[in-house]
Amino acid sequence: MSAALGKDLVGLEALSPEQIRLILDTAEPFKEVSERPIKKVPALRGKTIVNLFFEASTRTRISFEFAEKRLSADTVNVAASGSSVSKGETLVDTAKNLEAMRIDMVVIRHPSSGAAQFLAARINSNVINAGDGKHEHPTQALLDLLTIRDKLGKIAGVKVCLVGDILHSRVARSNIWGLTKLGAQVAVCGPHTLMPRGIAELGVTVFRRIEEAIEWGDVLNILRLQLERMEKGFIPSLREYFRVFGVTQERLDRARHPLVIMHPGPMNRGVEIESRVADGPHSVILDQVTNGVAVRMAVLYLLAGGKPELADAAKRGAAE
Amino acid sequence: MTRPLVLAGGRVIDPSKNLDQTADVLIQDGKIAAIGPSIGRPDGADVRDVRGQVVAPGLVDIHVHLREPGNEDEETVATGARAAAAGGFTAICAMPNTDPVTDNQAAVGFIVRQSVRAGLTRVYPIGAVSVGQKGEKLAEFGEMVGAGAVAVSDDGRPVVSGHLMRTALEYARTFDIAVADHCEEPTLAAGGVMHEGLVATRLGLKGIPAAAEEIMVARDVLLAELTGGRVHLCHMSTSGSVDLIRRAKERGVRVTAEVTPHHLVLTDHACENYDTHAKMNPPLREAADVAALRQALKEGVIDCIASDHAPHAYDEKEAAFDDAPFGIVGLETAFAVAHTELVQGGVLTLPELVARMSTLPARVFGLAGGTLHPGAAADVSVLDPRQQWTVDPKRFFTKCRNTPFAGRELVGRPTLTLVAGKIVHDANV
Repeated sequence: MSAALGKDLVGLEALSPEQIRLILDTAEPFKEVSERPIKKVPALRGKTIVNLFFEASTRTRISFEFAEKRLSADTVNVAASGSSVSKGETLVDTAKNLEAMRIDMVVIRHPSSGAAQFLAARINSNVINAGDGKHEHPTQALLDLLTIRDKLGKIAGVKVCLVGDILHSRVARSNIWGLTKLGAQVAVCGPHTLMPRGIAELGVTVFRRIEEAIEWGDVLNILRLQLERMEKGFIPSLREYFRVFGVTQERLDRARHPLVIMHPGPMNRGVEIESRVADGPHSVILDQVTNGVAVRMAVLYLLAGGKPELADAAKRGAAE
Repeated sequence: MTRPLVLAGGRVIDPSKNLDQTADVLIQDGKIAAIGPSIGRPDGADVRDVRGQVVAPGLVDIHVHLREPGNEDEETVATGARAAAAGGFTAICAMPNTDPVTDNQAAVGFIVRQSVRAGLTRVYPIGAVSVGQKGEKLAEFGEMVGAGAVAVSDDGRPVVSGHLMRTALEYARTFDIAVADHCEEPTLAAGGVMHEGLVATRLGLKGIPAAAEEIMVARDVLLAELTGGRVHLCHMSTSGSVDLIRRAKERGVRVTAEVTPHHLVLTDHACENYDTHAKMNPPLREAADVAALRQALKEGVIDCIASDHAPHAYDEKEAAFDDAPFGIVGLETAFAVAHTELVQGGVLTLPELVARMSTLPARVFGLAGGTLHPGAAADVSVLDPRQQWTVDPKRFFTKCRNTPFAGRELVGRPTLTLVAGKIVHDANV
């Protein structure tokens, strides 16, 4: 139990700007751990963590696992296939069984929105949302925030446009909450078939055309276009999507100044992003991945009751 | 022979006769015998002092899901009838989406028999529009009406085919019954779990747009107009539907409509925190819709209140929002919720509420009841308009506990329910 963040991290909607800053500041010293020859600190020694993934994930699961191991926690990975989950066990039964094994933390990824909150309300362990349906993916947004801060030195006032399938994106929702709370200007851009109702009421600008978004922004966070969106009829073809909404070097060259290019991965090269852009000098896509481990270490550390003083120490170090 | 009963000194409200006065009501031989300020009291009569309470024609709920046959663990005809009696209802209509579907005379007869066996609130079956509610082949309306069905509906799902709806409306004319439709355009609603709006956007839940209902409302009134048939629109939820019904009624289309207490009281904000007790279909909408529905009920554009009582086992609702079933129980909270919010809230007078929960719903499906006319069966509801109580689902008579009103403080409660003069619920016992 941590007073600083509460018991769980379900989403950024419920966090204060101070709490978000605390996580980002706490992540700073943890970055250095991953650069050491021996990448381990004893902060979570003796803690048991279950990574409960009801949905396929490579990057997020590995990132969490590294974060846990570098904090010396004992971890178990449970994937939906091969577990009792695929035999029809309900979420509440899964939760009760985990609780009965006296674990300390659960990292959950689930296809249903609200699943992390559902679990958090029913077990005493700390619950960290690693993506629930179309709701939130808070650690992804936190690593995006950290990457923007690293690259531009600030978040307040920065113009960030999320591009693509906003309707189905938990990354978009968490980014909108995190960015707006820290004073960034936020826009979204994509086909209107993939734009949720009332999105402007969350305090974001909606751009109809990618050219307008590029003209306006400092940062583009380009979301993955799930191929099934085409099958379900939201867009006519991937080809046309790339033609109309693809982030290409040609389009970026017309901008007044270079834009920072972000992508939560995995990328569909040639669909939402051109390879030249993804691999170009303004791409921070791999920095996002690196920061992901540090941010997740910070979240685990703080939820386990770690002292925010660590973050203060890091800040003092930066000032010297 | 039961003793005559006098309900003495209550406020007698009978919307069928525009009656609202303090009077005694004499019930004898299962019938209303006399009403008046000073009627004679036969020897041996049982006299109940109901001063300060309302004596009304028994409440009528034309939209209830009992789970018998098929899911008797969730509700039976008998437990549903008992819950209805506790809610002040003397008659309820059972929707046919049971397992197997109530789509033939034998199945309709089974419901009637179970109702008689329970001997509580009257349960009138509604037959299916299509065989197996599959939306393909008309069910045998004539035989089902012969066995006791009072209307037909594929409720739980819409009548998707425009052709089937047309033929149902035409064929139903022979038997002078209404076709009740669950208005939902399935391709627009597919996968949706709550109202499409800002709350759904924030929660990351797939929405059901208002247009999914309104398109079918528009279709149904056009088909009623085309065929001269009688359409009844179930559980209206949007201001757009209200506009369509208003215009259709102005043109003389034979359309009636109902609204649930929860759609008159709650909005999509009730889904916050993924509360599955706020998951229903049609979904809870926005404040502007609630306002329009209240106004429509006041004006008579929407004819009546119906509960859409839908019991679900506790562990079915104990799930992620996407995975929980739609629906809530409502029989035991309907009157109190409506009284608290609409009468105390200044939307309706008490006689107007009684009309919309008794006389008018009875009229929609042509049921006996909804009146205290001397000679009529003594289906009577005694309601205490001042009783304050807190909803405690553990004390429900229904088998299920799925209500969004748990813990809510309400004012007004049925205290005594009589069916054909027999006491089927007495809160003082």
